[in-house]
Amino acid sequence: MIEFRIERGSGLPAYLQLVEQVRQALRLGWVKPGDRLPTVREVVSSCGVNPNTVLKAYRELELAGLVEARQGAGTFVSAGLGSADPAVMARLRAQLAKWVQGAREAGLDDEDIRALLSTALAEVRVEGIA
Amino acid sequence: MSTSATLRRLVSKVPEEPDRALVVRGVGKRYGDRWALRDCTFALSAGSVAALVGSNGAGKTTLLSIMAGLLGPNEGELSWSRPGRVAFLAHDRPLYRGFSVADMLCLGRRTNRVWDEQRASRWLRRFEIPRDRRCGTLSGGQRTQVALAVALGSCPSVLLLDEPLSNLDPWARREVLRQLLVEVADHGVSVVMSTHVVTELDGVADHLLLLRAGRLLMAGETDDLLANHVLRTGPRAHRPPGPGEVLWARHFEQQSRFLMRSSPMVRQVVNDPRWTSQPVTLQDLVLAYLSRQEVGACSG
Repeated sequence: MIEFRIERGSGLPAYLQLVEQVRQALRLGWVKPGDRLPTVREVVSSCGVNPNTVLKAYRELELAGLVEARQGAGTFVSAGLGSADPAVMARLRAQLAKWVQGAREAGLDDEDIRALLSTALAEVRVEGIA
Repeated sequence: MSTSATLRRLVSKVPEEPDRALVVRGVGKRYGDRWALRDCTFALSAGSVAALVGSNGAGKTTLLSIMAGLLGPNEGELSWSRPGRVAFLAHDRPLYRGFSVADMLCLGRRTNRVWDEQRASRWLRRFEIPRDRRCGTLSGGQRTQVALAVALGSCPSVLLLDEPLSNLDPWARREVLRQLLVEVADHGVSVVMSTHVVTELDGVADHLLLLRAGRLLMAGETDDLLANHVLRTGPRAHRPPGPGEVLWARHFEQQSRFLMRSSPMVRQVVNDPRWTSQPVTLQDLVLAYLSRQEVGACSG
């Protein structure tokens, strides 16, 4: 079963941290469809996090179609989150390669490119909080 | 899935107005001709954990005392959604000095209509408080634990806590918060607590009440308040990119940083690659509001 960990003072709301951790566990195959997520009380007791925060995270995951709440039984993983369709991956990769080439031509080195990428990732994350 | 189960599921999906535990409207309190609290309006949902934050003398204890029914407001009104048991942890942790810890529990049992000895005892055991010690010989932190044990023993539906973390060590602070949240999960207790320890509130408080000089500067769901603020860093500039209210600005040789209030919707439109956005923490937010100079709400 998945073990949650809340990073305080990271700026990322606790419910999003829980959502992220479930998504990551799915992506890495640590949890599979049919697995039960910890109960709200278990998460509260192990992480010292507000029960409403856990409920909010589970609701978010349910809306995303990743988990399913079964009355009285708990919350279960209902869908996997493997890597995308190979064709899509190939397309994204080709686009990125082209982008990287453009960045090099503009005089950016690898470190510049990484900084730019992590800025973009952080920005999309901030905008996605609402 | 059977039809009735499907129906139940559908019904439970209908968005519902959160169960309001308490509605406070325009509450004010005057001591002589000085207003200690003015125009306080907010609502708390049942089973929520609200942090009441503000500098010393901001009116936190006054507000808690009014909510506890120990003080009558000079204006405004409070309405609880249903009659419930309110337990109040006062700032000075009033215990009888000559009583042993066990005597205090006994007093709790005698003076409360509803009493859960198990719940009170479990708290004392968890924090290793000796039952035979006289309250007068306990440390400040231990007195807090005894007062909390008595408060929980009375099976409250609302817990009002005045600085519950103030004289606890870091381990006890985390553990008290964790155990209080377990109480919320197990019994649906609503908690309002005043505190200065803002760094430990991430993921703990779902509501924030920010008081300054007797006025409520901010009240709402923590996640919404955080999402509506952002830290922007970019090239040195007098103004940040895009609309939004600037709470503070810091200028360095090559850089400027702004903490601003702007809705995430608006932010998405502004996409200046020279500027980065970072989420704010609860501490950033509280400090920004408490240190603001031009707050018009202080008078009165």
